[in-house]
Amino acid sequence: MKIAIIKYNAGNIQSVSFALDRLGVEHIITSDPEEIKSADKVIFPGVGEASTTMKYLKEQKLDELILSLKQPVLGICLGMQLMCKHSEEGNVDCLGIFDEEVKKFQLPENNTENIKVPQMGWNTIGNTKSALFDSSIEDQFVYFVHSFYVALGNDTAATTNYILPYSSALQKDNFYATQFHPEKSGDVGSKILANFIKL
Amino acid sequence: MLAKRIIPCLDIKNGMTVKGIKFVGIKEVGDPVELGALYAEQGADELVFLDITASHEGRKTFVDLVKRIAQHVNIPFTVGGGISEIKDAEALLNAGADKISINSSAVRNPQLINDMALNFGSQFVVTAIDAKHMAGDDWAVTVNGGRIETDKRLFSWAKEAEDRGAGEILFTSMDHDGVKQGFANEALAKLSTDLTIPIIASGGAGSMEHFKDVFTKGKADAGLAASIFHYKEIGIPDLKQYLNTEGISVRL
Repeated sequence: MKIAIIKYNAGNIQSVSFALDRLGVEHIITSDPEEIKSADKVIFPGVGEASTTMKYLKEQKLDELILSLKQPVLGICLGMQLMCKHSEEGNVDCLGIFDEEVKKFQLPENNTENIKVPQMGWNTIGNTKSALFDSSIEDQFVYFVHSFYVALGNDTAATTNYILPYSSALQKDNFYATQFHPEKSGDVGSKILANFIKL
Repeated sequence: MLAKRIIPCLDIKNGMTVKGIKFVGIKEVGDPVELGALYAEQGADELVFLDITASHEGRKTFVDLVKRIAQHVNIPFTVGGGISEIKDAEALLNAGADKISINSSAVRNPQLINDMALNFGSQFVVTAIDAKHMAGDDWAVTVNGGRIETDKRLFSWAKEAEDRGAGEILFTSMDHDGVKQGFANEALAKLSTDLTIPIIASGGAGSMEHFKDVFTKGKADAGLAASIFHYKEIGIPDLKQYLNTEGISVRL
């Protein structure tokens, strides 16, 4: 089993690598197209700003590479957002794997509950339908940090409520994605990563 | 529903966890990696590690420690203490830290917040503010562990930090810290209402009820404490059960 973590200018690559270490899963961190193409599974992490990151992916031709992958691919956080069609963050066209628009959370007009943006912390995932999840994960807490979200749609694989119900995971064919950080979500997150590895 | 966060804070000196007792004697309480992993297992939502080592050598030890923490702890953690340049933050990011906390260095050089946010994203930048109550709404921001009063004021400085790109504010009331009589709820509520980024409350935790108050009256998004956890005065599982019973959303 060969797992490749796509190496690019994202912030959480190290954390994803350590999480796989804790699961005892061998992996490589690479930007080499051949190594990525030949991997059994690919993880596309991400923390950062959408338009800057998208520009970088294009310069490195990683955009075409990701689109061409046939093995299971897991996008995390910004990785998931970049797999959508377009993002309001920096008004940028993204990979278009999921036919979805990434929008910024709008604070409620009368913000009596002092809701904050970004959403930062632990929230639950429900309506899970993907091989990433199993019944033990339904309604469990996972860790989120984000100001932009993907609305509910055809590819929604899990939902979370924050200001509104939105997609906290997506899946289409071999492409899996989570808005939360499984690598930072304690035992529940480890389980989700393990489920991905088992695919 | 987004859960309120419980955050144990570990002060680190020469690679060991310590807690200053009223700024005088320093007691060692254990190995930070072991303690951090234990807190994570018990249900801590995040951890904060503050390096109180001054020496250059000590800082290198701290970066190594951060890497060991990142390897062993499966929840997010913030590191702080002595971060005054982009390269300090970069070393900690590369070691696996999820967030950094800047305090005195941001007061002296507010542009640092912008630079950090631009380089690493706002989610990486916690601005810590230590402040001392003067009168009414007037809180003086202090630096160097509360020893030096500045002309900055809590509410305007917190707003400025948010505008410059801080992702969270960690507010410690120097009047409440170590006294164990509850958090500075009035000031916290004002911060939480004025700002749109999350507020972490610090200073004053002495009982489980104090946490209930900080989330209701203080409107805080997270509650941080050190000694009550280190000396096992309050267990994290008990605290979370209690908060849940009191109708506060927590991760169980």
